[in-house]
This record gives sequence, C-alpha cells and structure tokens, in this order.
Amino acid sequence: MTITQQIITIAMCTLGTMATRFLPFMIFNEKRTTPKYITYLGKVLPGAIFSMLIVYCLKNVNVTSYSYGLPELIAIIVTVLLHKWKKQMLVSIAGGTICYMLLVQLVFR
Amino acid sequence: MDSSRDSNKSINKKSDKKNVISKALVCAFPHTIPILAGFLFLGMAYGIYMNVSGFSFVYPMIMSVVIFGGSLEFVTVSMLLSAFAPIQTLLMAFMIQARHLFYGIAMLDKFKNMGWKKFYLIYAMCDETFSVNYSAEIPEDVDRGWFYFWVTLFNQIYWVGGATFGGLLGNLITFDTKGLDFVMTAMFVVIFMEQWSKEKNHMSELIGMIASVACLLIFGADNFLIPTMVVIVVMLTMLRKYDEKRALKESGNDTIKEDLKEDAVQ
Repeated sequence: MTITQQIITIAMCTLGTMATRFLPFMIFNEKRTTPKYITYLGKVLPGAIFSMLIVYCLKNVNVTSYSYGLPELIAIIVTVLLHKWKKQMLVSIAGGTICYMLLVQLVFR
Repeated sequence: MDSSRDSNKSINKKSDKKNVISKALVCAFPHTIPILAGFLFLGMAYGIYMNVSGFSFVYPMIMSVVIFGGSLEFVTVSMLLSAFAPIQTLLMAFMIQARHLFYGIAMLDKFKNMGWKKFYLIYAMCDETFSVNYSAEIPEDVDRGWFYFWVTLFNQIYWVGGATFGGLLGNLITFDTKGLDFVMTAMFVVIFMEQWSKEKNHMSELIGMIASVACLLIFGADNFLIPTMVVIVVMLTMLRKYDEKRALKESGNDTIKEDLKEDAVQ
C-alpha cells in the first residue's frame, strides 16, 4: 500500500465508525420529536447492551479445552460477590481483576 | 462605577464557571480509574502490535485519535497489510462498530442541549465511555455536560497515551501483566449489576444474554455481534407489542368498570 492508500484506508475506518456514532443523533435530531418506538428502544436497550458487552468480552473463551473458562468463571463470581458485599465499584473491579491475574499466572498456567 | 461593577460580575461569572468545570472533573475522574488501567494496558498492547507489524508510532497515535475504537483498530492493522480495498474497508468498519448505533439511541435524551460538547461526546463514545456515562449516578450539583465531557476526554487520553507509548516501545517490554485485560470484563459485570438493581423488569438483560450466547454459538466469535443486535431489536419490539396489548386490555377493563360505576351512580 502507498501512503495515500493507507490514509484512505484509515479514513474509511474513521468514516464507518463515525457513521455508527452520529447516525442516531442525525436521524432523531433535537428539532424533531423522537418517535415513541425509538424512545422505548432507548429505554430498554441498555440492559441488553450490557449483557452483550459481557459476552463480547468473553467471546474467545474456549470451554472445551484447557482451562475450560474456569479462570473467567471464578473471577466473575468473585467480582459479583465483592460487589454484593461492599457495593464499591472500584473494589469489585480491582478484586476481580487481581483474582483473574493470579489465576492465569499461577494456577492455570 | 457601573463598568467596574459589570467587570466584577463577569469575574464572578468566570470563577463560577471554573468551579462548575473543576467540580465535574473531580467527580468524573474516579469513574474512569478502571478504564485508566484497562486502556493503558490494551492501548499499549495495540501500539506494540502495530510496531511489530512494521508501523511507526505515528500510526497508532493518529488512529487512536481519529478512529478511537479498540477492536476495529486491531483489525485495521491487518487491513493496512493487505490489498487496498476502500469500500470493503468502509463496510467492515461499519459492521464492526454497528453496536454504537444502540449507544446513540440510548443517549438521545441525555445528550440533549449539550451545546458544543455534544459533537465531541458523540465523536468519542466508545463502549466504555458509553457504559460509564449511561450508568453513572451524577450528583445534582454537578454539571452533567461537563461530567460526560471529562469522562469522555479522560478515556480517550488513556487510550491514545497507551497506544502511542506502546508504539514507541515496541517489543522492548516483556509482560508480566498477563490477565490485566480482565479489568474491562469486570467493569462491564459491575455495571450490569448496577443496571439490574435499578430495574424491576429484567426482560431486556435476559434477552440480551440469551441472544448473545445463542448467536455466539451459531455464528462464532468473529461474526456474532450483528445477528445478536438484530435478534435483540426484534425481541424487544415483540415485547413492546405484547406489553401494549396487555396494557390495553387492563385499561379496557378499567374503563368498562368505570362505565359500570357511572351507570350505578346514575
């Protein structure tokens, strides 16, 4: 690839990304009233989005071969329990992450 | 006299505005700490990947500023290394990033009346920034616009900083930070729990979970996001129709009851 072609390739990636970010705001702009259906989607979507993002983070975990997704499962359980107990976001996130790091570095090598 | 009073006023206004901005900054920063860890690490991994693929640090630096979307930036590296195909690149980018359409729809109301900040808030709304800005409980005396702005800016600085640093260092550093990327998973798990506890009805979370896992099993790790999004929208739409019918039935019953009452009174 020439430099120009590289610049165009990066520009296309930028354009594709910005289209996904700006489209909703351009279609349903502030001057027009948002259709009720879209307002409904805006309200109910986040729950489904956060589920999807968790699965997205775990998409490359293979449960059929070693380590069978065990470090991920254990670390998520630790995160959930910590959050139920202390209700401190940073504590739960740090605790879960440290637990995961110990598991993959020391236990499931 | 009058003019000096006016200038005093404008000085007061200025310092008030400064207070608003710095108060929002202090409130926003702690929310970004997990992302600081995650983005520095992932950003550096991305910068190193570009470096060992033969690119100067200028590439990850510029790409992390203009694209600012982790997963696509990794894919772009292989695009840059293969044959030039601009239209295909554009379509790929749109598909990989399509989930942002959901974030926009969810933020339509929250980003109303944000003035000049709105452009940047939309421009740099990655997964993590959306998640924090959507779910954060912002105190009433903190300016929402500035809070969103700082969260967005901090997160982008972490990512650009990590990517540039990684691009400069290349493979000079050896990692004993294996597993640190789990910080993002842990953050989404915690935000998911917060969202769950805020709502009585968990249909949306369950739909999202079932749809994602099913599509992941059917379409595989590289292609499951778009089908998942379609299934989620279809199921949420069906849910709304069902809810409407039920509401209509109930309110229908109520009006009938009221009619009967009125009849009885008469």
